[in-house]
Amino acid sequence: MHWSSLSDFIRMGGYGFYVWGSYGVTFVLLGGEILMLLKRRRDVARIPAEPKPETRKAKFETAMVSDKL
Amino acid sequence: MSTRRINWYKYAAPANFYPLAGKMIPFFTVVTVLLFIIGLYVGFFVAPTDFQQGESYRIIFIHVPAAWMGMFLYMLMAVYAGLGWAFNARLGSMMATAISTTGAVFTFISLVTGSLWGKPAWGVYWVWDARMTSTLILMFLYIGFISLQSSIDDPRRADRAGAVLALVGLINVPIIYFSVQWWNTLHQGATFTARSFKMAPSMLWAMLILLAACWMYSIAVVLVRVRCIIREREREAPWLAEAVA
Repeated sequence: MHWSSLSDFIRMGGYGFYVWGSYGVTFVLLGGEILMLLKRRRDVARIPAEPKPETRKAKFETAMVSDKL
Repeated sequence: MSTRRINWYKYAAPANFYPLAGKMIPFFTVVTVLLFIIGLYVGFFVAPTDFQQGESYRIIFIHVPAAWMGMFLYMLMAVYAGLGWAFNARLGSMMATAISTTGAVFTFISLVTGSLWGKPAWGVYWVWDARMTSTLILMFLYIGFISLQSSIDDPRRADRAGAVLALVGLINVPIIYFSVQWWNTLHQGATFTARSFKMAPSMLWAMLILLAACWMYSIAVVLVRVRCIIREREREAPWLAEAVA
């Protein structure tokens, strides 16, 4: 352990602004991406499924799911 | 012994991929959190102080993984976009769209952290050095891909237009990678190559663990996003009505 105290850790040898700024920006951006994505997932869950009458393509895909191919 | 072969084409169908992706997300989320905790611990409490740069070098643990992810994800995005275009496989195109946002986020992180490291190391936040300029171009390629796709209403036409842009822009990736060799840059050369590590093992480990954390993060986030895209674009498919019922 090369930090003698918490304030020593925060100072980062005089580079606190740059080091914590870098990690701060990183986690704010990744956190922001996660929050926006979770919002999108909630919004998407409200879209009602509107199944169209069975087309040939749809029948093919249904068969793929149930492994009948 | 089972001789049953795996039908790889099966998972190219959104109907099969959607539930599979859903099952994988919790695993990648847990691994991401664990790797970030371990990587940050090694980076801040195990890795020693750099004899030249003092503590400011600790930015490397996030800067290098973010820069690599920006390039890896661009290549992955271009490959998926190309597959989606060449084989008319819409899941490939959806994957490319899902990857683009995360790639842009990591490229932006690499530019900002690089800038914050540049100030104490070189005395300036930004110079028009070959590596930094080519990384900025990578950022513009991501922004171009995203805005081009969102400007076209028909999803398959948007996929094709995006694929052309992504594949043409691929030329920029080797330019970024070799920029420190081809031009006399202010940016330092490769920190490690296959033959030599110019750093203490604990420093290297912190960087590699955080790189793995960024990979796991990207996979988790892209899987969640591609599921959103599938639900938006396949709402008329009968299988989806069953899957989300």
